[in-house]
Amino acid sequence: MFTKSIRWRLQLWLAFLLVCVLSGFGAAVNQLHRDNQFKQIDDELERRVVALSAAVRGGPSRGFGPGRPPFDGGGHRPDQGGEGRRPDFGGDGHRPDFDLDGGAHHPPPHGWPDSPPPFGGPGMRREIHLSAAVTNLFEEANASSFYFAIWSRDGDALERSTNAPMELPRPARADTLPHTRMREPFREAYHFTEMGDCVLAGRDITADLNGLRRFAWWLLTAGGTVLAFGLGGGWLLTSRAIRPVVEISAAASRISAGNLSERIKGADTDNELGRLAGVLNSTFARLEAAFAQQKQFTADASHELRTPLAVLISEAQTTLARERSPEEYRETIEACLVTAQQMRRLTESLLDLARVDAGHEPAPRVALDLAEQTRAGVERVRPLAAEQKLQLHCDLAATEAFTNPERLDQVITNLLTNAIHYNRPNGEIRVRVSAEPESAVLTVADTGRGIAEKDLPHIFERFYRADKSRSRADGHFGLGLAICKAIVEADGGRIEVASQPGVGTTFTVRLPKPPAGK
Amino acid sequence: MRILVVEDEPRLLRNLAKALREAGYAVDTAEEGEEGLFKADSYNYDAIVLDVMLPGIDGWELLERLRKKKSTPVLMLTARDAHPDRVRGLDAGADDYLIKPFDLAELLARLRALIRRSAGQADSVLEFGDVLIDTRSRSVTRAGEAITLTAREYAILEYLALHRGEVVTRTALYEHLFDETDDTLSNLVDVHVFSIRKKLGRDLIATRRGQGYCVEN
Repeated sequence: MFTKSIRWRLQLWLAFLLVCVLSGFGAAVNQLHRDNQFKQIDDELERRVVALSAAVRGGPSRGFGPGRPPFDGGGHRPDQGGEGRRPDFGGDGHRPDFDLDGGAHHPPPHGWPDSPPPFGGPGMRREIHLSAAVTNLFEEANASSFYFAIWSRDGDALERSTNAPMELPRPARADTLPHTRMREPFREAYHFTEMGDCVLAGRDITADLNGLRRFAWWLLTAGGTVLAFGLGGGWLLTSRAIRPVVEISAAASRISAGNLSERIKGADTDNELGRLAGVLNSTFARLEAAFAQQKQFTADASHELRTPLAVLISEAQTTLARERSPEEYRETIEACLVTAQQMRRLTESLLDLARVDAGHEPAPRVALDLAEQTRAGVERVRPLAAEQKLQLHCDLAATEAFTNPERLDQVITNLLTNAIHYNRPNGEIRVRVSAEPESAVLTVADTGRGIAEKDLPHIFERFYRADKSRSRADGHFGLGLAICKAIVEADGGRIEVASQPGVGTTFTVRLPKPPAGK
Repeated sequence: MRILVVEDEPRLLRNLAKALREAGYAVDTAEEGEEGLFKADSYNYDAIVLDVMLPGIDGWELLERLRKKKSTPVLMLTARDAHPDRVRGLDAGADDYLIKPFDLAELLARLRALIRRSAGQADSVLEFGDVLIDTRSRSVTRAGEAITLTAREYAILEYLALHRGEVVTRTALYEHLFDETDDTLSNLVDVHVFSIRKKLGRDLIATRRGQGYCVEN
């Protein structure tokens, strides 16, 4: 499910952010542009409304803009003059000047005397005379040209331009401020004079609206493009970021499927995931080594168990194949017995190892005298040593060690029988127990032919036999030293070997001393 | 038939040799790889039983070195049954493979098959006119009547029958029918052949003067 995928979540978040930012930005730009466009249109319309308004109020309007002489000449009525001095447009002194100067400097063709009487009687149609400068403002021969209309306070249409739309209702009465209204597709600005007359200038803004729509579409397209690029880039980035994770999980699943030699590729890249892959790879390597060791051990154990079984079965089958003399039966049974005992020893060794390996049943440890324990061990093997005509030298100083007595016996016996087995005839065995500040030390040195340097690192490995030509028949499986090492290390001690080919081998066991107070 | 057994477990080696001899084979033994390779090189054995784990050079290496010179059929014995081991054994040129512990009967059957195949005979019963030689039970019948042969007589007959159509020299017969422990006189072969002819008729085994014997098709 892609809602559970990190990549999809990142992508969704990115898309959300992009859409928010882009739509916000686009909407703002669109609005600004629209406002600007309308402001321009409105400004133009208002300029015309003002000009019209001035014309409606009678003649050239002086004093519209600040800094102009309020009066151009005598003859106009005080109320008009007073009106003229007032800021017509809500006191807005910053309105652009209106291009009425033509009318100001050059007297209109009609002249003052012809100007309509300010107070037309009821029912009397007022004549509005517009100066050329004013009419010029509306004479642009194109579709979006400006039109105007003028109504009296009673609502009678006084004047309208020819290009004004047929249906052009008078705006609702309002204050004297200029207003704008929208009658699709016309934009109109209007204004009521103090007298209540209404002037209106308008324009068909279809073209402008179309322009705005095009701009909005353009914005939408640009936004869509940016969104697509953003999402594409995001997809690439997340893909690259996620790829190591994908590889890690793929490699891990291949490994869990049993192929331990698999490794994660790209572990050399120097980023967080690369380092993680490196750590995992080294873990896998250790795991593989441990598995290989375990596999080797199992294979060796299986080999050592299968061989005596093969002897047992083939001895029995051969003997049973025909009638035999009692001597032959006896021989077979003896062979089977020897083989079975060999198997028993192997089984015991394997069980010992398994017990030490399992470690869930720690052997109880006690404080004991290592020298005493060693002396007992030496006495046990003395007949065996005498058989081989070996000299046993002991130097046993009473030393306390903290370990399990039965297991310690096993270690001592293993080391001593090794020393006897691999010694030369008439050789010597030196057994020594001494104390070091931290530990009790047992050394067993023989005068055998020693161990080759290439074998030394391996002699504690299970089923490792330095001398491969020696037969299993003598009961040496290559497990004794492995068991010693496992026992000693389980008790917190150490076992070491030093050997000189042709001179002899020395095993040193260091066992912990009893903790203080015990 | 002469067989070499290479096995480092002495009791198993002794027992295998005994069982094979009782099955009518001439058996040579070797406890180490080097010794085994030397013997395999020196004689034309009919088959070799080879243990994988050997001191000195191991079974793999022995096989590899032997295959450069000879195509003697080899049956590998191993205590490892891991799949790659089996593949490796067969790839290295072993002809068959047995895992310890094995059944003696199976070992003998596989050896018989190996020897038969290497001599180009697929059937375990060889037929010459009214004489039938059953290599499984090591028995011979003539016109449906069982004929009793001694082990040596049977061995000579079987060897000649497996190599039917070929002239087999006396030396070859010696080499394949007597092992290193036998102390035989050369004319013994002739004595055995004479005795076989008496039991199965004069025509079965032809004498090629100065060359050896031959069983015609």
